[in-house]
Amino acid sequence: MTTRTSLIQCQLQRHDFNLNVNLQLPNTGITAIYGASGSGKTTLLRCVAGLEKPHHASITINNQVWQNDRDSIFIPTWQRSIGYVFQEPSLFAHLNVAENLKFASQRASSNQQSQQLLDHAIDLLSIEHLLQRQTEQLSVGEKQRVAIARALASSPQLLLLDEPLSALDQNKKEEVLPWLIRLRDDLKIPMLYVTHAMSEVTRLSQSLVILDRGQVHTSGPIEDVLLSTGAMSALNDEIGALLTANVKEINSHWHLARIDFEGGSLWLRNSNFQLNQVVRVRVLAKDVSISKQLPQQSSIQNQFKGVIEQMTPDIHPSQTMIHLRCGQTPLLARITSRAVQTLGLQTGDTVWAQVKSVALV
Amino acid sequence: MTFDSSTLSAIKLTLQLASLTTVLLLLIATPIAWWLSKTTSWLRKPVGAIVALPLVLPPTVLGFYLLVTLGPNGPIGIFTNTIGWGYLSFSFTGLVIGSIIYSLPFAVQPLQHAFENMSARPMEVAATLRASPIDAFLHVAIPLAKPGFYTAAILSFAHTIGEFGVVLMIGGNIPEQTRVVSTQIYGYVEAMQYTQAHALSAALLIFSFVILLGMSLFKQRTLRVMP
Repeated sequence: MTTRTSLIQCQLQRHDFNLNVNLQLPNTGITAIYGASGSGKTTLLRCVAGLEKPHHASITINNQVWQNDRDSIFIPTWQRSIGYVFQEPSLFAHLNVAENLKFASQRASSNQQSQQLLDHAIDLLSIEHLLQRQTEQLSVGEKQRVAIARALASSPQLLLLDEPLSALDQNKKEEVLPWLIRLRDDLKIPMLYVTHAMSEVTRLSQSLVILDRGQVHTSGPIEDVLLSTGAMSALNDEIGALLTANVKEINSHWHLARIDFEGGSLWLRNSNFQLNQVVRVRVLAKDVSISKQLPQQSSIQNQFKGVIEQMTPDIHPSQTMIHLRCGQTPLLARITSRAVQTLGLQTGDTVWAQVKSVALV
Repeated sequence: MTFDSSTLSAIKLTLQLASLTTVLLLLIATPIAWWLSKTTSWLRKPVGAIVALPLVLPPTVLGFYLLVTLGPNGPIGIFTNTIGWGYLSFSFTGLVIGSIIYSLPFAVQPLQHAFENMSARPMEVAATLRASPIDAFLHVAIPLAKPGFYTAAILSFAHTIGEFGVVLMIGGNIPEQTRVVSTQIYGYVEAMQYTQAHALSAALLIFSFVILLGMSLFKQRTLRVMP
């Protein structure tokens, strides 16, 4: 199998920011592009789609050159193998649901493959019962599911999603999110997912790009980025570990579940877990405190041993970021600089980490 | 009351002229309207003004220039005569050309408004679904601008039926060739045949009223359907 490379280099001047991005994309899975509004996330996505023409760019997806200034190559949007899901559903108002999907599958490069993919997408997104409806009869959540299926029907090599959930309220988000997770796990195509919601990032993505005023702040595998001190200013309170763990014990008396990760275990509220289920949890730096001895009488149930690998100044001078390693698992703790001195913490010390809260993602 | 044969042939000719003009006008006006609605070129304003010119120009002036251009000494007249088509002045073809120019703003402007009111998003969506620009124009822009096309067609048709100055100048009121309803009425009045003039005028009045009423009812309906 030949290696597939996807590289995005792109420069574009706007009156409020300069987009300047240099990225290598993984071949599968979701890459989240995270940043505040006005950081250039959507513009970056539009450049990849060819809806925006950057001043200087070199965009190669799956070894295909889509734009290269040196050789004056600019492949127009309609010749790029993309699926694009816009922020608002954007279904064609003059066509019903089935016709909207047909519009895409008819124009796909491989008709047969597209039909298979479309059937699969209709199934995955469970929109079969909506096919004969007019678009204005659908709820926003249903519309967005149809829009996602339509984007897939053109059998794209790259799926671009521009805040596909932002038009939906919390309940509707919960309705669409599981479908996106199924798509991610079932389809072998890379996806770029623009969002400003950290909850979507941690639930969906394997890698993360943080954009700040048009510049790539930090990028890489999500677990690394969420722990990197470079991302501190962009992530703020969201900085901290993202752990993948297995449900190993369910205590029905206390309604708790024990999940094990490499280097420790955590108790958290049982939310209908199955034994051996794989879950992702966030342990935010602000929720971790440090003690030199195992605290004997504490309300905090989640305590485990770790070694201090590094201590770095936090954004605010009153605080220090402690990088811990618990077995194989890195963890961050945000404590006051005063506490560091009082406890006499040193790199290499073995300490007890106390986790005040664990959030399931 | 019934119409005599010369009136009937004038009605038939009028309907032929209006139908042909409407069809040709929609074909010509669509690309002009699309260009006017999307371009950022400095030519937009001058071209828009030229298209709108028939709205303010006296029809006789327009007819006069057409007569001169299409006639034996005009550049187009000389050209059409050389290639063996003869002169277009005082012919049905000349009437069609005159009507197209005269009704151009009535076709271009509703289409231009329809295209301008359409956001860029549907065309962007079409492009991301592999539709070439022409494909997207035919299968997305035109269907979405459908109400604009109905308005343009109805206005062009009705306006062509009502024109007088241009057809008189360029067509010359020749029975069975260039005599249309409006010039027929003029002829009746000139000949003091008021009864016939009344009948035909009343028919045009009712026709115009029905067209306008139908159009406003249709607009209401499409407004209810369109979000």
